[in-house]
Amino acid sequence: MSFGHKGLLISKPGASATVQDVGRTGFRHHGLAKGGAMDLHAFYWANKLLGNALDAACLEILLGGFEARAETDITIAVTGACADVAVNGQASDLWQTIELKAGDTLNIGHAKSGRILYLALPGGIKSPEWFASQSVVPREKIKGLEPLKVGGHLAAARPQQNIGRRWLPLADRPDYSRDLRLTLIPGYQHHQFSKQDLLRLTTHDYQVTQQSDRMGYRLQGPALQDVPSGIISEGIADGALQVPGDGQPIALMNDCQTIGGYPKPGVIAAVGRYRLSQRLPGQSIRFEFGDLADAQNELRLFNRFFAKSQWRSEKECWTWE
Amino acid sequence: MIRPVSENALLVTLADEIRQELPAQLRSLCEQLEAQKWPWLEDLIPSYTTLLIIYDPDQLDFRQAIAAIRPILAAEGSGSANKPESRTIELPVYYSPESGPDLEALAAACSLSVPDVIEMHTAQTYQVFAMGFAPGFGFLAEVDPAIAHPRKTTPRKSVPAGSVGIANRQTAVYPVSSPGGWQLIGRCPTRLFDRDSLSLLATGDQVRFRSISREDYLAQGGEL
Repeated sequence: MSFGHKGLLISKPGASATVQDVGRTGFRHHGLAKGGAMDLHAFYWANKLLGNALDAACLEILLGGFEARAETDITIAVTGACADVAVNGQASDLWQTIELKAGDTLNIGHAKSGRILYLALPGGIKSPEWFASQSVVPREKIKGLEPLKVGGHLAAARPQQNIGRRWLPLADRPDYSRDLRLTLIPGYQHHQFSKQDLLRLTTHDYQVTQQSDRMGYRLQGPALQDVPSGIISEGIADGALQVPGDGQPIALMNDCQTIGGYPKPGVIAAVGRYRLSQRLPGQSIRFEFGDLADAQNELRLFNRFFAKSQWRSEKECWTWE
Repeated sequence: MIRPVSENALLVTLADEIRQELPAQLRSLCEQLEAQKWPWLEDLIPSYTTLLIIYDPDQLDFRQAIAAIRPILAAEGSGSANKPESRTIELPVYYSPESGPDLEALAAACSLSVPDVIEMHTAQTYQVFAMGFAPGFGFLAEVDPAIAHPRKTTPRKSVPAGSVGIANRQTAVYPVSSPGGWQLIGRCPTRLFDRDSLSLLATGDQVRFRSISREDYLAQGGEL
């Protein structure tokens, strides 16, 4: 395997830092999780700022607290959770290109709003690819695909190029502290839940709890009273909402198991799920049942925006072509 | 029955209850779907009575995906499709209190001797009803009712790789060390998950267990 081009030397990986692309497709029947970037909105922007392929691997940094030194002159981009970004102690910013000189120290403070940050390098990050993906699923313990450690290197997939300065206008940057309504697509055991429980689920706030990780976010709110039982384990769709016996829902995320037998009143629509992944413990969300065709359209528009929008010129912000 | 469950997933339900013939049907259905080589088909997850089909919604919408899949389902249902041969895989197991910490307690709870439990576990031919929980983990059934035993009330924090467990009428081998609550009766030296070839087992496979000695277990690469 080639080691790619010089990049960053990690001195503080933070709570957890893993290489993620858009996930592993085609191997879930072996029991392999999809993995991949949890918030594709911030992930795609990180790649777009550098002119990378949209699915190029980035570093997913949980909660910030990250420090690294540039081994060469390199342009990077950091997107996602609101955190102080500094180069050699000088304030810089998220959602823009950052030009580092060899020896510069990049510092990302602790997330103040939002949970996940993406760090993009030119051409993407060069790391071991395994079954068509570089995504790291820590619980699968695949050799060579582990979370980043102190002293680890992040190599760029292509050498530094002068791409000019790019940034995302303030109005386009997400505010992760805003109220969040999630569309729940009815499916699976929806018809087996009582009307009262479905009403309960969609008329109260549910809070994200501390028991939240890349496998799933445990929520807490009014417990569902009459949870169906005796479900035969079935394949889990991305974003399925499962309700175990205690009546508190769990939003299943990218590293969840491939099959499961807890009842599911529906599946969280993808674009909302990306936003949910940025919720910190204590933040709340509200569910509403929505139409599958609408959700599918919203996802297609989201994907189309990233695929088709282009930078107007090297020194300006993006435009919708 | 085929129903959409999300923007990129359709759930095919073959039956309301677990039946012996379903794993072979699911496997056949997966092979038929794969043979279409549709560029929008991303993942197939068979499990007991259902098949979850993951597709790329940028290439077609749920109505188009259902319309494409329905004729394949109909052909399967009418039995006109070729049924694939099922494979039988033999897995050696070193059954002992040393390799299976719950073996003696399970035998006592079932009012059987340890050799009886081993005999009953190796007498059955099992089917893989689903893959999941962890990479390479196959849910095998059905265990003889005389040795069926519920999961432990408190799961172990770490079950060693290769451990063979029983949970009610299912049995399985843990491919990698992981937390787990199944009753452990022995250990298998065969690798069930490999970095290069992935899972040894697939839904629809037949599995038999064979009792081996401590020496054979170690000679075949087993660890204690």
